[in-house]
Amino acid sequence: MRTMGLAGLDELVAALGRAGYEVYGPRARDGAIVLAPIAGVADLPHGVGDTQDAAFYRLRDRGDAKVFGYSTAVQGLKPVLFPAHELLWKARKTPIGFDVEDADATPPKPRAFLGARDCDLRALAVHDTVLASREFADKAYGQRREGVFVVAVTCSDPCGTCFCVSQGGSPKPQEGYDLALTELLDGDGHRFLVEVGSERGAEILAEVTTTDAPPTDTAAADAVVAEATASMGRTLDTSDLHDVMYAAADSPHWDEVAARCLACTNCTLVCPTCFCTSVEDTTDLTKSMTERHRVWDSCFGSRFSYIHGGVVRESGKSRYRQWITHKLAGYQDQFGLSGCVGCGRCITWCPAAIDITAEAAALRAGLTTGATDALETAGETR
Amino acid sequence: MTTTTTTPTVAVWKFASCDGCQLNLLNAEDELLDVAEAVTIAYFPEATRAMLPGPYDVSIVEGSITTPEEVERIKHVREISGALITIGACATHGGIQALRNYADVEEYTRYVYAHPEYIETLETSTPISEHVKVDFELRGCPVDKYQLVEVISAFAQGRRPRIPTYSVCVECKRAGNICVPVAHGTPCLGPVTQAGCGAICPSFNRGCYACFGPQDSQNCHGMADRLAALGMTSEEMIRAYRTFNATCEPFQAESLRHERARKAGAEEVEA
Repeated sequence: MRTMGLAGLDELVAALGRAGYEVYGPRARDGAIVLAPIAGVADLPHGVGDTQDAAFYRLRDRGDAKVFGYSTAVQGLKPVLFPAHELLWKARKTPIGFDVEDADATPPKPRAFLGARDCDLRALAVHDTVLASREFADKAYGQRREGVFVVAVTCSDPCGTCFCVSQGGSPKPQEGYDLALTELLDGDGHRFLVEVGSERGAEILAEVTTTDAPPTDTAAADAVVAEATASMGRTLDTSDLHDVMYAAADSPHWDEVAARCLACTNCTLVCPTCFCTSVEDTTDLTKSMTERHRVWDSCFGSRFSYIHGGVVRESGKSRYRQWITHKLAGYQDQFGLSGCVGCGRCITWCPAAIDITAEAAALRAGLTTGATDALETAGETR
Repeated sequence: MTTTTTTPTVAVWKFASCDGCQLNLLNAEDELLDVAEAVTIAYFPEATRAMLPGPYDVSIVEGSITTPEEVERIKHVREISGALITIGACATHGGIQALRNYADVEEYTRYVYAHPEYIETLETSTPISEHVKVDFELRGCPVDKYQLVEVISAFAQGRRPRIPTYSVCVECKRAGNICVPVAHGTPCLGPVTQAGCGAICPSFNRGCYACFGPQDSQNCHGMADRLAALGMTSEEMIRAYRTFNATCEPFQAESLRHERARKAGAEEVEA
């Protein structure tokens, strides 16, 4: 294993730039850590940590020099690889009909992500399955996804809403990276232990000044992972969760959640696996040009479930039930995986402080207290 | 400006309002020439002295009904209009002047005018839809110019306007804004408010003031609980829900709930 200093990290960003990547990394903006284009280590959030809880997010001064000392950024990789708004195609009127033009003929510049967490990579794997591996693949997603370079970073400071360990994740990136770093800051200095995950990763790393990592660094990195694993802010009991969710279909608890839920859509829009979109057609005033756009949508909107004859999910409680049941159970039936990676973003960014782990626990508890004979009606979907 | 007979005629009317919404049509500088191509601006005193006689295919109405004269005039506008579109919080929900609905109008006139006996006004400010049939309501204080152009194009082209009714939060997240209540502790009405402005205030790290009125799935009671958690008092809550859209049902109900609590001198509002 290799190790490098802050200067080496700067060389890594430069090497990625030379290789043609647009490099995204963590930056502090408007009181939060966002993933945005960076030019070098100077752009990283030096000494910035975060405190997160339900409906609460604050940056804090760590009092040290760590550059990856925060937990999760405001968003995962979704806004870059599956953008909020995308022009699908446009058509121009001609004297004899119309011509369809492709949205953008020039392929996007490949992206490199510095600082991706394990939860980000597992969410990426979910999107790869949902968007790119089925019969009708999302071509534009595939184009953006292809050639992505990932420099993952071990999560040293999980926050109060993190529960990745419950969802089979780990503070240490497990797969899906080209390079993985663990930031170490102790008496031996500020350095990054580097693990190579792909051939491309090795090629890029060859351009960076590194040294052989002493065994003490490997041990120190293991200690970072162990400490982070033990400091998850929340847990989710996943035993029989799939069946529990379906069995709770008629739980009285849905009314209780609906009283608090603002149907604002924030949970779905910060969720790194939520993929629902809507297609919007526009025409210009001269009626000579029409465009089709794909935009992020949410199952919490009333028009989302509108079909001929009306809205399928009229009430707030039916929408919350749809969302959490799909996340924790429906995904397994549909895609063979969980729709939740345990990143905690839906908890932090819900302005009503609704907590997926607490609601799942309440639904589970409701089954055993026999508040409703839910198992009998588990087959009903509405 | 072309005035061919094939393009639909459009009239722009003003009732009790500040003119800001119709000004936003003139502010749509890049689109204005296209608008003038797509429709015939037949009556728009704010923009032109050329006034073609009615009837008009589409009437755009700004402002609320606050005087006996306006009650009659809006009926006339309805009679000579094909489609009638109301624009802005005044026209759709009574506007800021609907604060009079919660006050003594006679007392106001005594304070404001040297000769209140000359003032002929109604006790209330009401939306246009309370007086005549309205074909489409475009929200906002002021309306968004792109939404306004979209509505005019839609009516000119005979299709449904593409105006979303979800929350401001959707626009914030699409724009990559940082959520101001969560990250800064700033009270924000975005979760109960209809999108359309492009989330202007949160884009500048301010809370949303709900000028576009309630979103289609609002939970004003739940929102109030969260605003209280951020330190908002009942007094502030009443103002928040009343400022621009005081007559719309969900905002009104929530503001009245807090007003009852304040009058009762209760520490806690009723559940």
